[in-house]
Amino acid sequence: MKSWRRTLEAFCLPFGAILFGLILFGIFCAAVGQNPLAVYGSIWKAGFGNWRTFQNTLIRAAPLMLTSLCTALPARLGLVIIGNEGALIIGGLAAVSIGLVLAGSAPPLIVQVGMAIMGMIAGGLWIASAGALRHYRGVNETISSLLLNYIAIALLNHLVGGPMRDPNSLNKPSTYPLPEADMLSNIPGTRVHWGLLLGVIACVIAYFLIQRTTFGFAARTAGGNIRAARIAGLSVGKLTVIVCFLGGACAGLAGMVEVAAVQGAANESLNVGYGYGGILVAFAARHNPLAAIVMSLLVGGILASGGVLQRSFGLPDATVLVFEGLIFLVVLYSDSLYGKFPFFKEKPVMSPPPPAPSAPTPTATT
Amino acid sequence: MSEKLLLGLSRRQVIRGLLATTAFGVTVKFGTGCTSEGSEQAAADSGTGGGDGQPITIGFIYVGSKDDYGYNQAHAQGAQGMVDKFSGQVNLVEQASVPETTEVQEAMRSMIDTDGAIALFPTSFGYFDPHIIKVAEEYPEVQFFHAGGLYNEGLPDNIGSYFGYIDEAQYIAGIVAAMTSRSGKLGFVGAKPIPQVLRNINSYTLGARSVKPEVTTQVIFTGNWAEPIKEAEATNSMVDQGIDVVTCHVDSPKVVMETAEKRGIYCTGYHADQSALAPKGYLTGAEWDWTNIYSKIAEDILAGKTLVDGGIEHILRGGLKEGFCKLSAYGSAVSADTQKAADDVLAQFMDGSMVIYKGELKDNQGNVVIASGQEMKQLDPKLEEMNYLVEGVSGSIGS
Repeated sequence: MKSWRRTLEAFCLPFGAILFGLILFGIFCAAVGQNPLAVYGSIWKAGFGNWRTFQNTLIRAAPLMLTSLCTALPARLGLVIIGNEGALIIGGLAAVSIGLVLAGSAPPLIVQVGMAIMGMIAGGLWIASAGALRHYRGVNETISSLLLNYIAIALLNHLVGGPMRDPNSLNKPSTYPLPEADMLSNIPGTRVHWGLLLGVIACVIAYFLIQRTTFGFAARTAGGNIRAARIAGLSVGKLTVIVCFLGGACAGLAGMVEVAAVQGAANESLNVGYGYGGILVAFAARHNPLAAIVMSLLVGGILASGGVLQRSFGLPDATVLVFEGLIFLVVLYSDSLYGKFPFFKEKPVMSPPPPAPSAPTPTATT
Repeated sequence: MSEKLLLGLSRRQVIRGLLATTAFGVTVKFGTGCTSEGSEQAAADSGTGGGDGQPITIGFIYVGSKDDYGYNQAHAQGAQGMVDKFSGQVNLVEQASVPETTEVQEAMRSMIDTDGAIALFPTSFGYFDPHIIKVAEEYPEVQFFHAGGLYNEGLPDNIGSYFGYIDEAQYIAGIVAAMTSRSGKLGFVGAKPIPQVLRNINSYTLGARSVKPEVTTQVIFTGNWAEPIKEAEATNSMVDQGIDVVTCHVDSPKVVMETAEKRGIYCTGYHADQSALAPKGYLTGAEWDWTNIYSKIAEDILAGKTLVDGGIEHILRGGLKEGFCKLSAYGSAVSADTQKAADDVLAQFMDGSMVIYKGELKDNQGNVVIASGQEMKQLDPKLEEMNYLVEGVSGSIGS
């Protein structure tokens, strides 16, 4: 059982970090001659101010939720996977292939389900291969998944420019377009597509899977201490591959959504950084799937405000990236502050046995 | 168990931080450029509101940064030039680095709803389908002008398309390149083998071979619009092969021009004026002249004309004659003879008597692509589907 102090710590540190990031960004704004308070106000208004602009945030958050799981899930096994972009692209390619095959011969719902399943399988296998390489051949999963991104991008360019190219897409090579009827529509009354709902559902499922099931417990055990997990009889290899598959499947689903709800065909616009954005979200959310929903909204809101920063304040187009970067770095480094504030420490009186020596403290130096 | 600590952080924390930072570096693609201009918005706002009634607001959206020495800079300069011409009557809102996803749809909506834009110029080719079409349906009272030329009947009639035949300027640049080159070998760094790029390569080569039939053009495709490393590698390898004039068709010609200058060879520019990047080797360049076109459209809008009532043409096209493109001023390395030869051809373009694509024309595989006696004028739609490299180009368009 976690005490309320620990829970409070888990809330205070990230939000304190975001606050600190905001202050740093304010200094940046002041340095380029803008009133930081006015900039904050605009960011808020553009990201969360009213329902119309909030939809913009939701649209941007939708793919981030799904791609963040590609990093967040394997992270519970102690793996740092950053192949989100590649899994998204492969998922999109697989989805559009099956979509084009099924289109016309099956009702739209079947086509969409088929696309989702194919996208998930393809994205899943893509990342599972990085997990398998890690476990069976000892290849560093961070590097291999990063390199898989480049393979995926090259594959996309090749297929879209060659075998799968629609000859009518003259100056922007694309695959043949999906029929309008088979595309994912928007959530009624909004301009947000159904991908948002898929993202939320995936995050909630992932949370329960990791926190509330024996499978999740096994995964966390293997992530905590691989030798102990082996001694306990867990099949670590199988766990690694399955968890990586699930993570990749989520990113693949994001690719399917991008193809089926936004672009209508696969082309180079699949490769615009949703995967990399997902890494940011996963780390900032400390690999907690529920927190990833909140973080996606936050990052989505920040990105949504980019236009206003340019148009109302004449700030450079890279400003929003500076902001995002500051927030991300501060949140990451706040990780090192866990257990450093006496206020958040468990009171020894409350739990008579001495606290487990889990977190290294400065006194542990040799 | 001993854990070495660095600044109070465990090794694991440090490694994790480093990895994540690296990943983030990749994420934001550091070096996509920082745009420093941007006070024009304020300047436009403070306009005195001359002319008749309220100033109108026009929105511009760019796919990259406004100072990329390339495609986006050309459009941004055009927009700025247009606003300068109609100061007080037109407000300009701009957004740069907008990818071809839902993001551009949101940017368009926001410009219309928040800034009150009545006309939009989303300038990247890939913004069109499905993004502009979708938003144009939502806002029938707003006019959308797209660079690239895809309008056809059946699309919402508040969409217009404009584009220029910049290959005319490339043809003349080819003449200048061929006459200046000592080795007779030219180089062309292209992004993708798509019709627009192929047309520039072919026109450049045809121009060069019109004055020196033995000249060849080596083509290297980098595979994408912004590949600075591959562009530099391609340029360097061309220099190593003895090529002494290069040009390109990528989003930002900056890297190609700078590499050429560093290696001491000549270059001709593309999109915008790059003479500042290669003061010694810059011969001339094919530049867009968007100010002209944007001013024309803005004038029509101010006069109350619309695409819907037919006051503004749905498809605007033109080349050197119509003022869609122009040549950079000749560099110091261009001889007087060369200038004269180029100016003669320019005069033929200006009076409309020049036709670049005419038979008999062979591709570089030996097949006849245009039969003898046949002429293809610039407006010919077949030219917009170009899928070959002409004789004299070494390189292939792949699959």
